[in-house]
Amino acid sequence: MCTTCGCGTGQTLINGKPLHKAHRHSGPMHFRAREVDADVQGVSASRIVKLEQDLLAKNNGYAEANRSYLSAHGIFALNLVSSPGSGKTTLLVKTIAALNGSLPLAVIEGDQQTDNDAARIRAAGAPAIQINTGKGCHLDAQMVGQAMRQLGLQDDSLLLIENVGNLVCPASFDLGEAHKVVILSVTEGEDKPLKYPDMFRAAEVMLLNKCDLLPHLEFDADLAIEYARRINHKLQVIRISATSGAGMPEWLEWIKDGCRNAVAAKQHVA
Amino acid sequence: MHEMSLAENMLQIIEDAARKQGFTRVKTVWLEIGQLACVEQESLRFGFDVVTRGSIAEQARLEIIETAGQGRCEKCEQNFPLAALYEACPECGSYDVKVTSGDGMRVKELEVE
Repeated sequence: MCTTCGCGTGQTLINGKPLHKAHRHSGPMHFRAREVDADVQGVSASRIVKLEQDLLAKNNGYAEANRSYLSAHGIFALNLVSSPGSGKTTLLVKTIAALNGSLPLAVIEGDQQTDNDAARIRAAGAPAIQINTGKGCHLDAQMVGQAMRQLGLQDDSLLLIENVGNLVCPASFDLGEAHKVVILSVTEGEDKPLKYPDMFRAAEVMLLNKCDLLPHLEFDADLAIEYARRINHKLQVIRISATSGAGMPEWLEWIKDGCRNAVAAKQHVA
Repeated sequence: MHEMSLAENMLQIIEDAARKQGFTRVKTVWLEIGQLACVEQESLRFGFDVVTRGSIAEQARLEIIETAGQGRCEKCEQNFPLAALYEACPECGSYDVKVTSGDGMRVKELEVE
């Protein structure tokens, strides 16, 4: 953690190496401010400066740069978001296995600590890069941009970004992806979309995962979907089980469609 | 807690403005936060206090202006106040509601020296 402010910025690692990110607490601004303060002591000349600046503008700028790069290269990028333990990594491993080399793909893994997930993805046969956010609770577009450059993405490929397991913070941070895909597992509560609405609003697709467990649970899948659509009326839902393979064909077809569209859009621009 | 990142962004906006507009101390920050924005105000205040330590905005007053949420029903085209993202259109009951305002976070203005 940064010792100046307690933020997690100083701990962000990409494949174990520090993220090159300007960390403003060491800038000259602090010292200059104090010197000038001393000079103008006793003089009060307050004025109002109008700014009207969005707090997320900087992240959104990086996200747009990522998006431009991805669309110019025909890369279909998905940002997978969920609570911890919803089965994101297992779903990715099974997705990679099921695609079986039919399209080039790469994975960016986000976790606070460890490169366990990137290792699982690599074992499944896909190139992966691990971002460790330290104390940070979400990926941001600058981290993802740097990881994209390090990965060396292929043209006309699929990029899967597994965000930090957290159903709140990643909702606000655009990474430049084509879509956010929210994963809700049936071992959670049906009303999670109502309790954590921002993520369900930000996503275009919801995967209702672990559906193979439904016979053993009291989870009402229709109710969960109804709640999610109260937040996001146009949310597309796929019922899936990464373990049994149910729903996987629909999910894979949706991915392939997205990839085809990304390639077609690139050619259209060219 | 993404409020720490948001507080850092706020400080960066302030420092960029200081460089461009030549002020050296910030006394007050007016921040506009929509009722529907994904942010916890108390956490943001805490983050702001922490990240501004030793900066030109140290001990600046943070004034939060909350703006009301507004929605528009895509079905009956009614505009109405929206207090939460899960609310339905009060006219027709549809959940096909688009947030039209009250979901943003902006540094509006600063009192500086």
